[in-house]
Amino acid sequence: MSSQPQSEQSRSESPLWQQIQPGGIGVNPGSTDRVQTGDWRTEVPVVDFERCTHCMICWVDCPDASFEVANAKLIGVDLKHCKGCGICAQVCPVKCIEMVPDSAENRETQPSNGASSESAK
Amino acid sequence: MTLKLRDLSLKPDLFGNGHGLCAGCAEPVSVRQILSALENPPVVALATGCLEVSSTRFPDTTWKVPLIHSAFENSATTISGVEAAYKALVRKGRMEDRPLTFVVFAGDGATYDIGFQWLSGALERGHKFVYVCLNNEGYMNTGIQRSSATLLGAWTTTTPSGDARPGKPEWHKDMTKIVAAHGIPYVAQAASHNWKDLITKVRKAEQADGPAFINVLTPCDRGWRFEPEKTMEVSQLMVEAGLWPLYEVVNGKYKMTGARQKKRPVIDALLSQKRFSHITKNADDATIAGIQAKVDEEWDALQALCNMPVAAE
Repeated sequence: MSSQPQSEQSRSESPLWQQIQPGGIGVNPGSTDRVQTGDWRTEVPVVDFERCTHCMICWVDCPDASFEVANAKLIGVDLKHCKGCGICAQVCPVKCIEMVPDSAENRETQPSNGASSESAK
Repeated sequence: MTLKLRDLSLKPDLFGNGHGLCAGCAEPVSVRQILSALENPPVVALATGCLEVSSTRFPDTTWKVPLIHSAFENSATTISGVEAAYKALVRKGRMEDRPLTFVVFAGDGATYDIGFQWLSGALERGHKFVYVCLNNEGYMNTGIQRSSATLLGAWTTTTPSGDARPGKPEWHKDMTKIVAAHGIPYVAQAASHNWKDLITKVRKAEQADGPAFINVLTPCDRGWRFEPEKTMEVSQLMVEAGLWPLYEVVNGKYKMTGARQKKRPVIDALLSQKRFSHITKNADDATIAGIQAKVDEEWDALQALCNMPVAAE
């Protein structure tokens, strides 16, 4: 995985001490978005959008806010942040989410294979 | 107005991505639900705990709301000061008067143990804020130590299970009732699996005229020893076994929320968590019978409180 380049990138993005605000005040709301917690994952959720009813229960129960929604519809999974806990597959009322071993092949079956959160920026 | 997830999903997410909480943690689920439930812009004070160390790793922050970081014990005092300062600045005309909601997020260690007297003081002074206790029944961020919210019989690293002692020997503190005894306008107990109940309670708490307290059960898959995907199921089992009754206290009147909650023996909930494996391996264990008896007793006492007429004012 890309853990090594990611950590180097994180270090280079960290501010110098001269740039730190007095009191250590954070000035970038939601900046942990750059952290690739998807690296932790061993299983990846695969959503069967044919059967999805867009009830949003996976969205509301996801600890990592990894379900991407637009206009009250589920449009994809943010694999940059999904930690693969599998809560979504458990709570889905129509069982249209399946957890499969994380691999490049399985990630590609996703409509938004982690790329959409990048392109959204 | 009926509450719909699709409507909530249109609101901006105030608690972002990339936090370091464990896979399957219930805390970000509840935090996101609570922030989406608020009608006014929130101002948050955050006590030390899992949520704080994982969501505010310097120089980053997961939060998209004004946030003040306090020490372990004094989050209630911090938000008291923020609220009082805001009122003073508005009175002096130095800040625009607009409705804000002051919110505290603290864990059970910061609420039940370390921040207890500070919370009590803030409640007594009557500051208008919503205190949310994210109760995972232990000091999970430092490595699963007991707190006074930990259930009797549970294994933790400071109450190990073995031949000499079957896990934690003491019954947990009933913090929700202790807070209700302060006579504040709104007190409630909620659980992370029931988003509708939690959001309804947060909205009532926000509208309360004075301090409000919500104790949210947030199961910890690392500390309670269950698989990360079972978080919502364990939360539901805890409620259905009567170990975590969902109720609210509005101006002193106790009321159960949701019909027929208690429908399982406690063994069902205990079996779902491996922190109880030393007592659940034997179904006749005296500890289980003891927990069941105490749960039944507390349940009956709670029902009696709910059925009690409120004294005329």
